[in-house]
Amino acid sequence: MVNQEVNLGGLRLSNPVMSASGTFGFGEEFQDYLNFERIGGIVVKGTTLLPRQGNPYPRMAETPSGMLNAVGLQNKGVDYFVQHIYPRIKQYPTALLVNVSGSTVEDYAETARRIQDLEHIPGIELNISCPNVKEGGMAFGTSAAGAEAVVKAVRKVYHKHLMVKLSPNVTDITEIARAAEAAGADSVSLINTLLGMSIDAEKRKPHLSTITGGLSGPCVKPIALRMVWQTSKAVRIPIVGLGGISSATDAVEFLLAGASAVQVGTMNFIEPGIIETIADGLVAYCERHKVARISDLTGALEVVGSSPLSCETK
Amino acid sequence: MHHKNSHVVDCRLDQIKYLSERYVLMLFTLPFRILGMLPGQFAQVRIDGAENTFLRRPISICFVPSPTEIWLLVQVVGEGTKKLASLQAGSIVNMVLPLGKSFSIPMDRRRPLLVGGGVGVAPMLFLGKQLMDTGLYDKSSIHFLLGARSKSDLVLLEEFEKYGTVHCTTEDGSYGTKGYVTQHPILQNQSFDQVYTCGPKPMMQAVARYAAEKEIDCEVSLENLMACGIGACLCCVEDTTEGHLCTCTEGPVFNTKRLKW
Repeated sequence: MVNQEVNLGGLRLSNPVMSASGTFGFGEEFQDYLNFERIGGIVVKGTTLLPRQGNPYPRMAETPSGMLNAVGLQNKGVDYFVQHIYPRIKQYPTALLVNVSGSTVEDYAETARRIQDLEHIPGIELNISCPNVKEGGMAFGTSAAGAEAVVKAVRKVYHKHLMVKLSPNVTDITEIARAAEAAGADSVSLINTLLGMSIDAEKRKPHLSTITGGLSGPCVKPIALRMVWQTSKAVRIPIVGLGGISSATDAVEFLLAGASAVQVGTMNFIEPGIIETIADGLVAYCERHKVARISDLTGALEVVGSSPLSCETK
Repeated sequence: MHHKNSHVVDCRLDQIKYLSERYVLMLFTLPFRILGMLPGQFAQVRIDGAENTFLRRPISICFVPSPTEIWLLVQVVGEGTKKLASLQAGSIVNMVLPLGKSFSIPMDRRRPLLVGGGVGVAPMLFLGKQLMDTGLYDKSSIHFLLGARSKSDLVLLEEFEKYGTVHCTTEDGSYGTKGYVTQHPILQNQSFDQVYTCGPKPMMQAVARYAAEKEIDCEVSLENLMACGIGACLCCVEDTTEGHLCTCTEGPVFNTKRLKW
């Protein structure tokens, strides 16, 4: 029997495979497709203090092995979540985290405060990395000072698990990770989408209403893996790895690179039952490799030879 | 026990009919009986083995001959649909289905007009059958108005004729009335009490304007670009009187009263 449980700095997950925010709705959308007991955790759709309409259509462009999105945090606001959605989903047999976003430090803190007392929400994921909203979002996640300010403010009012989702749209992600850790984050999740662009050459027009958007899917996996590995060398708090995971093998790679858990995002759109498939595949991998606990894979990458080049980018 | 509305299924392609240069009809067998599939609903079809297609393709259910069979009408437009159209009988195609909301069938209507343009004729066939199956309509009271670029693009006419009277328009005049569907004389000669439409957006908007002028209820099936098809990604939103709504779960069929057209 493989022990699948992981401990993210006090937040216990039945297995390390979570859903990434914005790709799994509130879970309800997926009830036809998988057994929720096989989901390590669900990070629900990005929630802001006030309702947001999001960006105009078109918001999506397909790319080779991935897609661009420019949804822009469409959501009905935290109060709607607390009153209408939470009662419907609170009994799910999995860890429920709310992804919190905002335009100001005060927005983030107030949204977090309103989620604080929900019994079945053991933590939040602070989104300081959304590339699709004009103010805030990514702005906080692209400087160490910005990240520190917002994490500190939320830490003051929020006393459960605080996960901080990092942006890859930076020169050195480890600097932001360290700032989040210093400000009191319990874990970091990475990566959010990469800022990208797509053009319709025939029409000479951008595909997205916002011109640029966030790239996700298998095409970003090598970048995500590299950033997880770098970050694992820079912080002591647990890392949740995500970016293009589409198989159990991908998930193993993230664990080996230093992640304690993973999130599956864009692939939920194509295979709505994929989280269960990956969770089962992790067990099979461990059995095949005689690994007793999935958590033993975290950081178990075997590196031979001299100091790797990527460390010199600092 | 949770009752499943939609399923992820491997379907066997039994037959592929090349209807014209641009249209193929694909006849599939499902691995088990799926009850309750309705006209206007769609399947998210996975495209295997195409280099640059990543997402599933939403394809309207064209016909359901039995609870273990579906027909999909595919217009070859890009790499994904080209790949689909190249499949041989016997191939396995993975689909998520049925998805989305269907056309509504009000019990007090007797004179429906079903307008399809291009590949948008697909759900109209299934809808025609559904209307007939209610027993509320006789065949002579169901009117199909089908539009295409030219004669070769008018497909499945013999199938449509089983469920109603078929009227056609072609842009080049090679069959039926020359011009667009909205230029067909039956719109003025006959009175209808319900309009359904699926096709290119400008066509549906023109049909919606006609219905509004005549004060007839009108349902349209939107084709907004989708990623997931199940209401998770929020990419396919339509700006409605209730704000941004997902076309995949709140639609694809909308009453035009809800749209900002």
